[in-house]
Amino acid sequence: MEYSFSDEQQQFRGVVQRFMRDKSPMTEVRRLMATKDGFDRDLWMQSCHDLGLAGLHIPEAYGGAGFGFVEVGIVAEEMGRSLLCSPYLGSSILATSVILHAGSEEQKRDLLPDLIVGKTVACLAFAEASGHWNSDGVELTALQSGKDVLLNGKKKFVLDGCAADVIIVVARRPGTHGREGIGLYITEGMSTGLGRRSLDTIDETRKLAELSFDRVRAQVLNDSEGAVAAIGHALDDGAIALANEMVGGAQALLDSTVEYTKLRMQFGRVIGSFQAVKHKCAEILLDVELAKSAAYYAAEARAENHPDVSMLASLAKATAADAYMRTAIEAIQLHGGIGFTWDHDTHLWYKRAKSSEVLLDDPTYHRNRYMAFQEVLHELK
Amino acid sequence: MSLSDDTRIQQDVRAWLEENWDPDVSLIDWRNKLADSGWGVPHWPKQWFGREMPVSMMPIIDAEFERIGAVGVAKIGIRMLAAATLLDCANDNQKSRFLRPILTGEDTWCQLFSEPGSGSDLAGATTRADRDGDNWIINGQKVWTTSAHHAEWGLLLARTDWDVPKHQGLSFFVVDMRQDGIEVQPLKQMNGYASFNQVFFTDVPVASENLVSAVGDGWKVAMTTLAHERRTSDALRRWGKVSDRPGRIYDEERAEVATVMEPYKWYPQRAGRIDLIWPRMVETGRMNDPMVRQEVAKLLMLSCTAEWTAQRARAAQAHGRPQGPEGSLGKLASSHLARAAAKVHTLIGSADALLKGSDGATNGVIAEILLSVPATSIAGGTDEIQRNIISERVLEMPKEPRMDGGAFRDVPKNPVRKR
Repeated sequence: MEYSFSDEQQQFRGVVQRFMRDKSPMTEVRRLMATKDGFDRDLWMQSCHDLGLAGLHIPEAYGGAGFGFVEVGIVAEEMGRSLLCSPYLGSSILATSVILHAGSEEQKRDLLPDLIVGKTVACLAFAEASGHWNSDGVELTALQSGKDVLLNGKKKFVLDGCAADVIIVVARRPGTHGREGIGLYITEGMSTGLGRRSLDTIDETRKLAELSFDRVRAQVLNDSEGAVAAIGHALDDGAIALANEMVGGAQALLDSTVEYTKLRMQFGRVIGSFQAVKHKCAEILLDVELAKSAAYYAAEARAENHPDVSMLASLAKATAADAYMRTAIEAIQLHGGIGFTWDHDTHLWYKRAKSSEVLLDDPTYHRNRYMAFQEVLHELK
Repeated sequence: MSLSDDTRIQQDVRAWLEENWDPDVSLIDWRNKLADSGWGVPHWPKQWFGREMPVSMMPIIDAEFERIGAVGVAKIGIRMLAAATLLDCANDNQKSRFLRPILTGEDTWCQLFSEPGSGSDLAGATTRADRDGDNWIINGQKVWTTSAHHAEWGLLLARTDWDVPKHQGLSFFVVDMRQDGIEVQPLKQMNGYASFNQVFFTDVPVASENLVSAVGDGWKVAMTTLAHERRTSDALRRWGKVSDRPGRIYDEERAEVATVMEPYKWYPQRAGRIDLIWPRMVETGRMNDPMVRQEVAKLLMLSCTAEWTAQRARAAQAHGRPQGPEGSLGKLASSHLARAAAKVHTLIGSADALLKGSDGATNGVIAEILLSVPATSIAGGTDEIQRNIISERVLEMPKEPRMDGGAFRDVPKNPVRKR
């Protein structure tokens, strides 16, 4: 482990930061969060072209940039800081990750190039009404029909589900239970029998959909045992990217809060001179820095194919989620009344913190998962 | 320093050790030889027992000592803070009197800074030093003084001027601890140990030649000591390491380490003993309690992230980058970690947390954790002071308005207890 970014990575961060500052000011975030898709197709294509965002960690053989996951973490962190509205997490991480891990060579060559340039957007339809990202709980069925399948059932909490051109669905063969019979299938956004409803999300900067499948024709991406493993990889990738996104958001809140306390006058002095306020800010800084260490460590572990990457992904997701949420609560508190108004921007990060806490399962779930991995480690010793 | 410098230094120290190392001489004779050769403290100036080598060379030199089994200079305890302070701030006369017996281990030292009335506010010291001809006369009380009962010398912060602002009225002295008028009493702590002392001064004369730096420079000198204390706090873990080889010189070194380390034997417990969490969970069979699992996971995650944050600070330093906020956070993180550990040890042990000693879990170690953890957020700078430092220096937030400006005489103080 390096525990630090290389000079090239620092420069890359600078470039990403400038792009976000120019292209995604808060006026733009507020405009996009009021739209149906929740992001701007042209801006997304531009960021894929200028920064290579969507293909950052995709091997060069498929047209990607071939970078590691540390760079993904940097991008995610800067997106979290600027609240960029984009299909990055849903399409470039979750959906792309299953394609990379589960798709055939032909499918990769077919799907990845358009995703990389931003011409298409994909989503991973996984969780259902139970609200867990866990293969065991999947009820949607895939019925064999010639060389294709027919999908029947419902998906919920699907990131960018309404905007996606390519829909990857986790489904099971009828009559199977647990992890047995789980497969990955591909269909299109315009497929017959597919109903898409945009869900009313508390975090309006991140759109979720409910998808209903009534005999929707789909192709097999992978219906072998590799499907469950690929889903596992995708969830780890998602958790690590999201953890890095969260620490970026938490840092933005800390910065804006500290800045505000240095300006706001009460009782004849700036409120940032009161120890009650300063001590809170010091604790937030500690929280954010500890969470950064977790998020960076997990990204580096993923880049190096560390054997404990799943455990570290859960550690990072749980730590960053708790830190982000605590930071968001204190950020509103320290802003006082103005922090509770719609016109002030703090609530937008608060809502992103809340959606990040629960998306891809909450900290309690991830702590439990972490303990299961710890048990295995201790038994091996 | 290039690779060839590394190799040359390694060859030099190896050759010198092979020619001179003798496990059958006395510890003091050997260390005198080390002091004369410059290999005992090679990073010190040539004039003062060193070779002016960069600190980065030390691991190479230490490894050669380890390879041959050679004992080093006395480098544990408060004596190293004294040495560092004297090297930075003392005059040549003082350096030539005090440094050699520190290195040989003949003299032990103690630090007389904290007082009952000034803890976090160290500059509010009221122990007085009044001039009387060629002497200064010391009166007052110090507290939390490690090793005072066997120290030859003390580093004393005392007030020499009451009519200037408090930081300007302090001076720094070296005090002979073996003289009349100094009374050392053990101070028993809530965990039952008495690792520290209270030291009472009644009309104790200190010769002017023992004033370190100028009159009124005491705060600056004390800051030097504290900066070294922060740097060496990491070393505490390594201090306890002693060779188990047979032989006179090793016996003498083991006895020295045992004496100096005596006050620190509960220190691992005050940090929370994260290493005992898993064995305790297995031992008590509470592994499958969902509540326990959540709390243990939180604790282990905090332990990892605190360690990685320290690593990030070290990596930034190694890359020559300005240290980020991660460097100032370690102390506060260890307080949180210690408290969380005590909570989890209680959760795992349930009713066993009522008992200590041989009735307690893990032969009393768990009870010792519960009773020692409160020290972590106080000793070496309270959490409140750490939060002030972090918010003011890292986040650049303004200071609280102060009530202690002007002549120290007029600043409100704690009442002095009469004995």
